[in-house]
Amino acid sequence: MYAFTFHRPQTLRQAVGLLAKNEEAKLLAGGHTLLPTMKLRLAGPPQLVDLSLVDGLSGIELRGRSLSIGAMTRHNDVNTSPVVHEAIPALAKLAGLIGDPAVRHMGTIGGSIANNDPNADYPAACLGLGATIITNKRRIKADDFFTGMFSTALEPAEIITKVSFPIPKKAAYQKFKNQASRFALVGVFVSKRGSDIRLAVTGAGANGVFRVPSFEEALKTRFSPKSLEGMSIPADGMNSDIHGSAEYRAHLVGVLARRAVAEAIGK
Amino acid sequence: MAAVSLTVNGKPVTADVDSRTLLVQLLREQLRLTGTHVGCDTSQCGACVVHVNGRAVKSCTILALQLEGANVLTIEGLAPADGPLHPMQEAFRENHGLQCGYCTPGMIMTAVDMVRRKGHDLDDHTIREELEGNICRCTGYHNIVKAIAAGARAMRHGATAAAAE
Ligand code: FES
Ligand code: FES
Repeated sequence: MYAFTFHRPQTLRQAVGLLAKNEEAKLLAGGHTLLPTMKLRLAGPPQLVDLSLVDGLSGIELRGRSLSIGAMTRHNDVNTSPVVHEAIPALAKLAGLIGDPAVRHMGTIGGSIANNDPNADYPAACLGLGATIITNKRRIKADDFFTGMFSTALEPAEIITKVSFPIPKKAAYQKFKNQASRFALVGVFVSKRGSDIRLAVTGAGANGVFRVPSFEEALKTRFSPKSLEGMSIPADGMNSDIHGSAEYRAHLVGVLARRAVAEAIGK
Repeated sequence: MAAVSLTVNGKPVTADVDSRTLLVQLLREQLRLTGTHVGCDTSQCGACVVHVNGRAVKSCTILALQLEGANVLTIEGLAPADGPLHPMQEAFRENHGLQCGYCTPGMIMTAVDMVRRKGHDLDDHTIREELEGNICRCTGYHNIVKAIAAGARAMRHGATAAAAE
């Protein structure tokens, strides 16, 4: 690791101030991506701003027809929360598929989506549920938030405070794990809320998480795996590496989408 | 250098650390608690698992400075040095749950955390899923799984980790 100065602000305002003053500073949430990256010297921020003491950044709350999750809420807490299980069971399940138990005790939802790893799970849930990402400055729709791999609409000195998920009627997440890293080789999140149908894919796209409008259209006629029978997406724009070719990933999108819809309708 | 104060195995500790110091380095190099191991240093193998505020975490992936005021339990704190082993340690011994022993402290700390979260009746499937983040190069896991199931049952009676935490 390169040397850095460690800051532990107690309020959001202090944290924002530190970021504003130190352009290259990085926020430390759960640290389970950032610290390994720093060990490899792929990142060398001169300042780290630890968010763990900042009040009001974690917690799970049901507000009317939406579920609000604080940015510093750990994966384990989302996975085991009775409130999440009741409101959006697919989200609780997704959180339990991230990393391993010790990693889930540290990793946070805010950290995961701010990083926007192309193979991460939470971006699929945010896009697939039509979440709103709330920061110290504004509210950003998931559709506008994820802007390409490892890239988001966040501005300098902008901090995610919570994520608000509208509660769907039906939802499911299907993940095909990379056998070694257990990251999503492909993951598909599908949801239905009234006539609003969303289907988001992580792991597959060369440019990070994306929606599949053709699948969503087909599901509007009938929300059943049958509606997606024989459908696939072009291999163009899919990620290709030693773990799977673009064609393979494109194929998996179709397979997992059908499985996710089947799971969502309880079949 | 900056000072950090925390509790390790029930004892208050204050140490001067570089900001880059990982919890596992503080434990091993400064406090000489060498029961916590480093297998991979990349958050994968679980040899470094300790409990922070009652939850299992990988001590190679947390900075010492993040632990101001925290309560840390390592394998050394699980049972008194001159007393009987913790039931989970005893179960590993009884069931031959180790060969070289390198992964064992992490396995045991993970197992005790598993019991806290999942209870005393653990089936093989649950144990194997829960060991996702702990790698053993020797045993093939079979006896580790057996040991954890037995240790979990034994923790229902007798001294539990709660006393040490
Ligand atoms: S040394 Fe920490 S997980 Fe391997
Ligand atoms: S006993 Fe040797 S690594 Fe597990």
